[in-house]
Amino acid sequence: MTVTVNGETVDLAPPVTVAALVATRTDQRRVAVARNGEVVPRSEWASTPLSDGDEVEILVAVAGG
Amino acid sequence: MADVFSIGGVSLPSRLILGTGGVPSLEVLSRAVAASGTALVTVALRRVEASTSGALAEVLEQCGVRLLPNTAGCFTAREAVRTARLAREAFETDWVKLEVIGDERTLLPDPVELLDAAEQLVADGFTVLPYTNDDPITARRLADIGCAAVMPLGSPIGSGLGIRNPHNISLIREVVQVPVILDAGVGTASDAALAMELGCDGVLLASAVTRARSPELMALAMRNAVDAGRLAFRAGRIERRWHAQASTQDAGRAAL
Repeated sequence: MTVTVNGETVDLAPPVTVAALVATRTDQRRVAVARNGEVVPRSEWASTPLSDGDEVEILVAVAGG
Repeated sequence: MADVFSIGGVSLPSRLILGTGGVPSLEVLSRAVAASGTALVTVALRRVEASTSGALAEVLEQCGVRLLPNTAGCFTAREAVRTARLAREAFETDWVKLEVIGDERTLLPDPVELLDAAEQLVADGFTVLPYTNDDPITARRLADIGCAAVMPLGSPIGSGLGIRNPHNISLIREVVQVPVILDAGVGTASDAALAMELGCDGVLLASAVTRARSPELMALAMRNAVDAGRLAFRAGRIERRWHAQASTQDAGRAAL
């Protein structure tokens, strides 16, 4: 399946959960995930499988005003 | 004499809120945070690949400060609301510095989108601290919606131009009951002191410290300026006079 992660198209072999995808990107504790524009609460990462065409944003803290 | 500063029912030991944007390193940030005495520090959310500062949130948590996520870079209420919800998830706080920008060149707030976003976030249980124009009417609308504070700009973000319309800042202090926090435009310590002398309850600044030659020293300067300005406000300044008024009595002057 094809998923867009932080604006980049990636091919993944299903099943892949949000938790598994996040683990490949960061080991930071303060992370937020949006799937198709909606927040995926951390408590649901492990039980949320990605679907073909999903758009995922994985966000962390940066310095800012 | 107790002079408590609280936002949304939470009392904060410092009236200085520190932004982190522009900070050269986490080590410099830690020292600046300590020198500033702040209890509340802003952070932003960005894609993980764009994160160059490592574990910023963890470092700030070690400093013992509360995090205030912002919605910097959002141009619409929709983006800002989504960003705030993501920040709540990441940082486990329902506090948000709400920024909805109308223009890239000036970074001035878009009051229509701002009010829309503020209304949605207040309804969703957020403690909303909106970055707003120095317009008393917009500030009143934001307070009426249920924002926990209003944060008018002194001048554009990062400009260091100080407080361009002190009269409006005073008016805002008059028309809302919630804390007024001067946000953006502070260039140096006297700007922060002026904000407090005008009656602001706090000052939020970033660039003035993070881009100073010595962020740590400037953080200390800002701490003292905020304290001095607040004391002067509480003490009550003398009236301005057109002509001099002798401070030494005339009676008893020698005939020489």
